[in-house]
Amino acid sequence: MVDTTVNIGSLKLKNPVVVASGTFGYGDEVLDLVNVSLLGGIVTKSLTLKPRDGNPPPRIVETASGMLNSIGLANIGVKKFIEDKIHLLRKLDTSIIVNIAGNTIEEYEELIILLEDHAGIDAYEINVSCPNVKEGGLAFGTKCDTTAEITRRVRKLTKKPIIVKLTPNVTRIAEFAVAVEGEGADAVSVINTLVGLTVDVKTQKPKLSTVTGGLSGPAIKPVALAKVYEVYKSVKIPIIGLGGIMNWSDAVEFMLVGARAVQVGTANFIDPAVGLKIADGIEQYCADRKLAQVVDLVGALKI
Amino acid sequence: MKQIFAKIVNLANLGNSIYRLTFEAPEIANTVAPGQFINIRISDDSYPLLRRPFSVYNKVGDKLQILFNAVGRGTAIISKRKEGDSLDIIGPLGNSFSLTGDFENTLLVGGGMGVASLPLLYSEIQVNKIPVTIFVGARNKESLILDYLQNVSCATDDGSDGYKGNVVSLVEQYLNKNDIIKPKIFACGPPPMLRAISKLADKYNILCEVSIESAMACGIGICQGCPVERIGTTNKYSLVCKDGPIFESNTINYVLHG
Repeated sequence: MVDTTVNIGSLKLKNPVVVASGTFGYGDEVLDLVNVSLLGGIVTKSLTLKPRDGNPPPRIVETASGMLNSIGLANIGVKKFIEDKIHLLRKLDTSIIVNIAGNTIEEYEELIILLEDHAGIDAYEINVSCPNVKEGGLAFGTKCDTTAEITRRVRKLTKKPIIVKLTPNVTRIAEFAVAVEGEGADAVSVINTLVGLTVDVKTQKPKLSTVTGGLSGPAIKPVALAKVYEVYKSVKIPIIGLGGIMNWSDAVEFMLVGARAVQVGTANFIDPAVGLKIADGIEQYCADRKLAQVVDLVGALKI
Repeated sequence: MKQIFAKIVNLANLGNSIYRLTFEAPEIANTVAPGQFINIRISDDSYPLLRRPFSVYNKVGDKLQILFNAVGRGTAIISKRKEGDSLDIIGPLGNSFSLTGDFENTLLVGGGMGVASLPLLYSEIQVNKIPVTIFVGARNKESLILDYLQNVSCATDDGSDGYKGNVVSLVEQYLNKNDIIKPKIFACGPPPMLRAISKLADKYNILCEVSIESAMACGIGICQGCPVERIGTTNKYSLVCKDGPIFESNTINYVLHG
């Protein structure tokens, strides 16, 4: 029997597989298809203080082994989330990680203050790395001092685990991980999407309304693995690895290079139940190798 | 909504690169409504990565059919599948055409592969004994797909069959020549056709529902990737996959979508 639990700060996940923000809605859309209680956790779609319409279409383009998106943080806003969604999430037998995004540093604080009053949230993921919004987003996540300040300020407002989601669109991601670790972050999610662009040669126009977007899917996995490895060598806090994980083997790669848990993103669009299959696959991999616990995989890369 | 593995029972080439795929899907066939779609996984490979949405073309007992034009990488792969192969399908998805409301006659209008939305609707209209007239447009005679439809008025761009010109002009001609009491239009086709039929419906003050196509990642409302800009609604955007694909024609902003 393999112990599949992993700890992210004070958060204990029943297994290391979490579904990534923006790829599983608010958890309620997929209940027909997936037994979500078998997941390690759900990261909800990014919440902002006010509802956001998101970017104009086209928002999605398929690329070679990946997809480019420019959703623009379309979401119902924190007020409606509290009114309509949180009660359902509370009933689900899995860890609920609420992802928040602010246009300003103060908005991150306001979001935490509003959410802290309500039961059912197990941790926060701080989105400082969305490439598809004009304000906040990548403008924050590519400045190390701003990323650190946001972490410092939200840290003061909650005892729940703080997970900072880092962007790969910087020169050295480990500097950001070190900075947020220094400000009390419990973990980092590595990585958010890579900025990409694709062009329609018939019209000579970009295929996305916002010209550039966030690249995800199997195409980015080697980049994500390298970033997790870089961060793992630099910090002691847990890393949640993500970027192109499609199956258990991909997930094991992430754990071997240093991720304690993984997030599954784009793969949910193709198979909403893929997270469960990945969790089973990781457990089986450990059983086959007679490992007592899945955390034994973390950083077990042989070089 | 269910995720199933459906066995292919027939794959027929209907001419040019147009195919009709038939597969066993009782779980979906039992509940599907006209206008809904399914999302098919193309292959286990990572390119193409995303599922592809297809209108449900028809149901024959426990079997479902889709119609597709093998023009892209994904549809080309599906066109090479074999009888007995299994397809990973999620469905039925989206909303459906509405046959309730203040109308007494129906006009079904399909352009190009948009005809794929009509047979199921046509069956439902017949069950409800509502008068119906059908219009189908295509580039040429070879591209006209009229299976499961009866008494169809055709339009072809090159005049090789029926009316020479676009199908919306044919519908307008019909409306001018006939006194149709309280008609409602149901249309599916390429964006310029939907914009034109919407303008026509406005001009003649006719109820009109359109089926919108969009690139999608998930098909079930979680990725937010298929917005359509609305007019006169609370929210600026609706999702084609979840709120649609059927919309009242006068609520769509065709500047963005036509």
